Amino acid sequence: MKDVPTPDRPVLHARGISKFFPGTIALDDVSVRLMPGEVHALLGENGAGKSTLIKCLTGAYRRDAGVMELDGQEVDPASTAESQRLGIGTVYQEVNLLPNLTVAENLFLGRQPTRGRFIARRRMNAMAREVLESYGLDIDPAEPLSGYSVAIQQVIAIARAVDMSGKVLILDEPTASLDHDEVQLLFRVIRQLKARGLAVVFITHFLDQVFDISDRATVLRNGQVVGECLLNEVTQHDVVTMMLGRQLEARVQNRDTGRAGKTLVEISDLGKRGMIDPFSLTIHEGEVVGLAGLLGSGRTETANLIFGVVPADQGKITLRGKAIDITNPRDAVAHRFALCPEDRKVDGIVGDLSVRDNIILALQARQGWMRPIPRAKVEEIAQSYVRALDIRLASLDMPIRLLSGGNQQKALLARWLATNPDFLILDEPTRGIDVGAHAEIIALIEQLRADGMALLVASSELEELVAYSTRVIVLRDRQQVRELTGDDISPATIIDVIATEEAAR
Amino acid sequence: MIRSTYLPLLITLATFVLAYALCASAYPAMLSFRVVANLLTDNAFLGIAAVGMTFVILSGGIDLSIGSVIAFTGVFLAVILRDTGLHPLVAFALVLALTTGFGAAMGATIHYLEMPPFIVTLAGMFLARGAAYVLSTESVPITHEFYDTLQDMYWKIDGARFRLIGLVMVLTFVVGIITAHRTRFGQNVYALGGGEQTARLMGVPIAATTIGIYAVSGGLAGLSGIVFSLYTSAGYSLATVGVELDAIAAVVIGGTLLTGGYGFVAGTFFGILIMGLIQTYIVFDGTLSSWWTKIVIGGLLFAFILLQKGLTWAAEKRAAQARLRTATGSAALS
Amino acid sequence: MSTPSAGPRPSVFKRILPQLVILAVALALNVVVFPDFFHIDFRNGRLFGNLIDVLNRGAPVALLCIGMTLVIATKGIDLSVGAVMAIAGAVAASMVVEGHGWGTALLAAMAAGGLCGLWNGFLVAVLRIQPIVATLVLMVAGRGIAQLVTEGKILTFDNAGLIHLGAGTVAGVPTPILIWIALGALVTFVVRRTALGMLIEAIGINERSSRLAGINSRVLLVCVYLVSGLCAALAGVIVAADIKGADANNAGLWLELDAILAVVIGGNSLLGGRFSIVASLIGALIIQSVNSVILLSGLPPEFNLVIKALLILGILVIQSPRIGNYVYMLRASDIQPQPDRPKPIDHQEKEAAR
Repeated sequence: MKDVPTPDRPVLHARGISKFFPGTIALDDVSVRLMPGEVHALLGENGAGKSTLIKCLTGAYRRDAGVMELDGQEVDPASTAESQRLGIGTVYQEVNLLPNLTVAENLFLGRQPTRGRFIARRRMNAMAREVLESYGLDIDPAEPLSGYSVAIQQVIAIARAVDMSGKVLILDEPTASLDHDEVQLLFRVIRQLKARGLAVVFITHFLDQVFDISDRATVLRNGQVVGECLLNEVTQHDVVTMMLGRQLEARVQNRDTGRAGKTLVEISDLGKRGMIDPFSLTIHEGEVVGLAGLLGSGRTETANLIFGVVPADQGKITLRGKAIDITNPRDAVAHRFALCPEDRKVDGIVGDLSVRDNIILALQARQGWMRPIPRAKVEEIAQSYVRALDIRLASLDMPIRLLSGGNQQKALLARWLATNPDFLILDEPTRGIDVGAHAEIIALIEQLRADGMALLVASSELEELVAYSTRVIVLRDRQQVRELTGDDISPATIIDVIATEEAAR
Repeated sequence: MIRSTYLPLLITLATFVLAYALCASAYPAMLSFRVVANLLTDNAFLGIAAVGMTFVILSGGIDLSIGSVIAFTGVFLAVILRDTGLHPLVAFALVLALTTGFGAAMGATIHYLEMPPFIVTLAGMFLARGAAYVLSTESVPITHEFYDTLQDMYWKIDGARFRLIGLVMVLTFVVGIITAHRTRFGQNVYALGGGEQTARLMGVPIAATTIGIYAVSGGLAGLSGIVFSLYTSAGYSLATVGVELDAIAAVVIGGTLLTGGYGFVAGTFFGILIMGLIQTYIVFDGTLSSWWTKIVIGGLLFAFILLQKGLTWAAEKRAAQARLRTATGSAALS
Repeated sequence: MSTPSAGPRPSVFKRILPQLVILAVALALNVVVFPDFFHIDFRNGRLFGNLIDVLNRGAPVALLCIGMTLVIATKGIDLSVGAVMAIAGAVAASMVVEGHGWGTALLAAMAAGGLCGLWNGFLVAVLRIQPIVATLVLMVAGRGIAQLVTEGKILTFDNAGLIHLGAGTVAGVPTPILIWIALGALVTFVVRRTALGMLIEAIGINERSSRLAGINSRVLLVCVYLVSGLCAALAGVIVAADIKGADANNAGLWLELDAILAVVIGGNSLLGGRFSIVASLIGALIIQSVNSVILLSGLPPEFNLVIKALLILGILVIQSPRIGNYVYMLRASDIQPQPDRPKPIDHQEKEAAR
């Protein structure tokens, strides 16, 4: 590295970046300055333009306007490879390394040390070991990458990016699939890079982590910069207000979670080794049971186990007092259970099928292929849900993948509501959808409860969980640690429980 | 230290040793240099083509055209040597350039038109076979003194003749192994097989690598065709039908995953030998009918596919446990 | 745009239009090289003519591509159909040679084909082996098994009933034509009049989601490979009946490739999802028409394969995803992803939904 930037001059200065897509302005005159030795958080809701901005900075997209200066020199990367060469490295949420190659091969792919025309493997392994040790990792670089945990793979990806680029490191949701301690491992590495004078861009949905590691933040909303701030001068509340552009509604006050009806489902000691510890849970008609806990605490696993996505290896489920056997989702659907999964793209939508077919899919599957739902009935069901849930689409014939995230989620809800379920499990129902659709889905949950349905909702958004839950189960380290009821239900108590409760074995 | 990644290779090797031991215990005569020499000579053309196929499969693709390309090469050489005064070496260079270019063209079609390799190389298969028909529909004998010279080159050990073409195959494998593990191109092939999208993000030149892979496969099919013409002293457009299938089988039995990314060129060598051994055994036995070869190879294929499935499951389980360990281990720390 | 409209279902005709155009061009070429192409004679109680030949010769591939279309729709592929044809032909032949009636022989052949299909389905659906690998096993071993049945000989027979299936006529129309049209119509009817078609497409597009929606993907997967095996068995019997003998080495050789090609020319994606059996059948006819052009053009037969390869390459390039995407972008420029729009839920409307 030549020309060490002075502390007050940005390493990367992007000014007036704009990016247009047909019909929308994704970025509108966005400016951002990355200082050396600083972690810079990029904040904003989904669709605010964070990822578009990153893609413009790394050359994955061509920007339509604006100037980029790297160390005071104007640059114009046309591809990720070029921006990498210039000094801008990126690490994504899903680790972009190759599981079939060894750690060392991953670190040095495309720039292997050679002797003559051949790769010097021993030297490469030694170099890899040296690099990794500087990050505090003592692992065998000649082992395949797939043998290591996601956190370690993440660090390896960072090491590669820093080694290749070395001026700016962009971390795009690196902590999304890490647990608490893995996050700490990652943060140690980030602090180390900070000390080396790198400019780090950090993107995440977890505000706590932002305040934990970042020095400065730029907040985006609807493709525009709302503001830049030093994080030690503001509170979380300020930042959220900037992101949302409104005060957080004080929903907690007017909680009306109604009165629970008859017992519907009783789960006792349901568990699976290596996935989640046995848990018991009783759910009544007309109540919403919330599942809270950090990522990886077992929320999704609980939902999947009840629905038979993964068969349990112990415990039993009774429905209205009768023992039932659920070994796969088909059984669950037959008992009028429904599950809206967390990962909409992978587990939810059937992308190329029409919205209409997606909506009737579960109902049709339950009826069996022999008894097709008459076309007129299909039309009626689909139309009524499109209207009721306000799904915005050009035509029911369009493939569902063309809908926006929020509309996809509503169509999936429609799929399950069409089966007229008694017990609806929602896993992260509001993830990755914008504010408007968000509010609609919360209202829908409250409506369904009022109509007497039993719901189990897993969510990482505590505010909303508190708003609609009759009871909240708190999970930690794949165990149920506490059940909160009545006035105990508040974001503060939930965080408290997650942070302090000793897992009661 | 033996790494888990080498396990499939070791199993193939063990299968070969075991198979050979079984053969030798039934027919001690099979334990001779003559059998080994014949094994190398008889399977030379298949082995050379299988090296190319290994690269293609490692990258996650498939090449159905190699059998046709081998036949085309044979006919091309035979016709050239019959109708022109070109020296065979010039003809060799010509046909290698032709087949390499043909492979590269298929690679370019796959990459730039985003068409599945299966379909593109299927069209290539028809095209090459058709071109062979156009050149000649009859078997054309090759008579050239240079061919006689090459065919007479052998090394005698213990009465067994190790011929030139066997040596060419072994050399091809050596070069293939070094290319796969010691060059950037080889690493890029593995990277492509691990995931094209990721490889692209990591800066692997996808276009050049894809085109290169199919060019290598085409070129090696050409070399295989030359060797086949030396082996049979003729070019026949109906020859080597279905060799691509044998090559794929050898690659899979050699421990390479058909989904790409995992495997070894060296494994293919033993895959070839195992398949050759089965044929030799049936010849030695004399009472077994030839169709048992196909059934046994099919069975072996199935066994190795199951084995790979088992290994993949085990690896996934290990990875899940590793994840759990870090999770619970760190929880204990906090 | 914002009001969801029912809109007509994408019509079948629109879906198969490109294939029909290509078929028309192929047939027109036939007429160019042989003006009497469409001339059909009725002699000795049988229809004669080049068009009839195209329909008749195309029967094996047409039969194969019915099952293949379903398999490919589930994101699979069945490489073993050629070998299964050989097995089925061998079984049928050996049955009549042993003195059984043609009905029994046909049933036995179908059972053998069904068994092969179940085996493939088991590997794919239960053992979760990648389809191309799973069916490769039977592709390699199948001809060996067929030879085992015929004991390495070409098994000839003279059972009139069996021969009728391949070489006979019903009301003047060659039986194979009737068989493939009937089976194609039957399968199309079954998958489209029941929910089967949609469920198969759902599996092919996203199996995880489909399973979570309660679809029994395992059984459906086994079923499509079963159907493919049965289609292959029928094709095998017809081919054997046509030559009055079972040739384990050559029966159905490389026809799996023609069948896959027919499906792809039919505009079905090898990546699974939306399918059309009718389009695949037209694809099979296109291949046969191309063969016919080359035959009728009087070009030396050795040019057949080259011309066929080039024509097919041309058709595939026209349909390649790259070019397809480009066309789609042009056509779909008015179907943009719809943005979410904040709007409070109208309670009245929601009541209607409940």
